[in-house]
Amino acid sequence: MSEAAAPAEPALIAFRGIEVAFGGKPILTGIDLDMHKGEFLCVVGPSGCGKTTLLRLAAGLLPPSAGRVLYEGHDIVGPQRDVAVVFQDYSDALLPWRTASGNVSLVYETLGTPRDERADRIASVLARVGLAEHADKYPSQLSGGMQQRLQIARCLAQEPKVWLMDEPFGALDAITRQSLQDEILRIVADTGTTVFFVTHDLEEAIYLGHRVIAMKPHPGRIAATYPVDLPHPRDQRTTPEQPEFMHLRRVLLEFIRGTQT
Amino acid sequence: MRLRAIDWRGAVLPVGVLATAEIAARLTDYQSSSLPRPSEIVAAAATALLDGSMLHATAQTLLSALGGLAIGASLGLIFGTLMGLFVIFNRLMEVTVESLRPIPSVALIPIALLIFGLGYAMEITLIAKTSFWPVLLLTIAAVRGVKPRLLEVARLLRMGLIARVFKIVIPAALPGIFVGFRIAVGAALVVAVTVEIAANPLGLGYAMMRAQESLRPDLVFAYLFWVGLVGWLINAALLWFQRRIFGTVAFRARP
Ligand SMILES: Nc1ncnc2c1ncn2[C@@H]1O[C@H](COP(=O)(O)OP(=O)(O)OP(=O)(O)O)[C@@H](O)[C@H]1O
Ligand SMILES: [Mg+2]
Repeated sequence: MSEAAAPAEPALIAFRGIEVAFGGKPILTGIDLDMHKGEFLCVVGPSGCGKTTLLRLAAGLLPPSAGRVLYEGHDIVGPQRDVAVVFQDYSDALLPWRTASGNVSLVYETLGTPRDERADRIASVLARVGLAEHADKYPSQLSGGMQQRLQIARCLAQEPKVWLMDEPFGALDAITRQSLQDEILRIVADTGTTVFFVTHDLEEAIYLGHRVIAMKPHPGRIAATYPVDLPHPRDQRTTPEQPEFMHLRRVLLEFIRGTQT
Repeated sequence: MRLRAIDWRGAVLPVGVLATAEIAARLTDYQSSSLPRPSEIVAAAATALLDGSMLHATAQTLLSALGGLAIGASLGLIFGTLMGLFVIFNRLMEVTVESLRPIPSVALIPIALLIFGLGYAMEITLIAKTSFWPVLLLTIAAVRGVKPRLLEVARLLRMGLIARVFKIVIPAALPGIFVGFRIAVGAALVVAVTVEIAANPLGLGYAMMRAQESLRPDLVFAYLFWVGLVGWLINAALLWFQRRIFGTVAFRARP
């Protein structure tokens, strides 16, 4: 049973006939995609097929060459504060001259949160990602996994309606990755946010997603959509053993192999 | 953290040269009215230091240098940030900047004299003109070099221009800007002394001229070495500061 919102509801984010070209070279073509409120959408595809480009369109960081990107029915003209982006290159996305709390504070300063409320809020957000004891450390003093948690903490502070995550756990070891996967699932369950999650890890896509979008390159396009019929909450031990999980993994693996020949 | 801004081994060569000169002068019983012995220079320096005249001149020179730096570096920072951030602003300024830059500060002394007359104002103006360029050029480069990801973080939060400049751009560019500032400090001292020698009755350069006019080569050399020492001390202090601030975890990027 999929937990995606009822199809009758209008899409939260909608891509309509998207074309993207860089210097005349088509990068994305014919993208039509609806994301519904509360949906966890995973995007997989070979390197260079335009996954990041698609995410940047949704973030309002990049205008399409043709077509429209709609947020709650309106054209996206630029970034919005209720859309948070977790970049793949976490160390570049943090301010190295600010401590962990300083990095989170940036959000509250920008949102105009009253000064006397900030300390408590920062502490609670850092605690949610397990960084409470590292509040006074600078990014260079944190491990890769901690830096990624810090980026997630900063996005949490934004209290976004939508998370756009670009291979957020790609560079992490298996244990850290699993704990962050479960953290993000818990955050989504707690807050009912919508997630656009790019990954090249097929099992991660199946484990996390309500739906998996598979893309093909040259030019980038959506080749197939797979609903994930797995019960929630997901579990690192039992979920991957379910027949549906193994079936989807095989299907996706064959798809990815197909794109590489 | 070990603080090793000053490596005393660097003193071996100059001290050695001076000692050799002194010994050579004594052995050959050398006497000259233009080239004093090192011991005579040291004596002249000690006298000038003790009667306060050398420190007074130093204060005047440093005051001018500081005033000029404050103006020049601030303007360089402001223009550099704008030119680094906005292509349009850069286009507007480029020709003006590139055509003014090659004019030597010394060549502007006559104009500065016409406008300001003698005194601090003209000297400070010329120092400001000199220290503007290195700060401007390195700020432009540093601002352009700010990681695009950080600017996107600012965009995603919809930070205003002022917040973006002060919370993202300038902190990120600060190590580069500081290099420009260090170059500006060195240039400011050089121009201050030059202007004082050429025209302005102030500071170390003027003291040197007066010593020369009163046929005191020992004092001329004493001032010369003193200027070198002051410059070296200031640079060492800035280097120490640079390491202290930018060598810390707050500015060390993770590999
Ligand atoms: N600013 C740009 N200018 C020109 N080409 C670009 C630009 N950004 C991306 N591209 C090209 O667009 C294509 C898609 O890039 P994109 O980063 O979206 O791929 P991706 O699916 O995220 O790949 P990966 O899995 O390696 O991250 C690539 O061929 C890339 O070279
Ligand atoms: Mg990518």
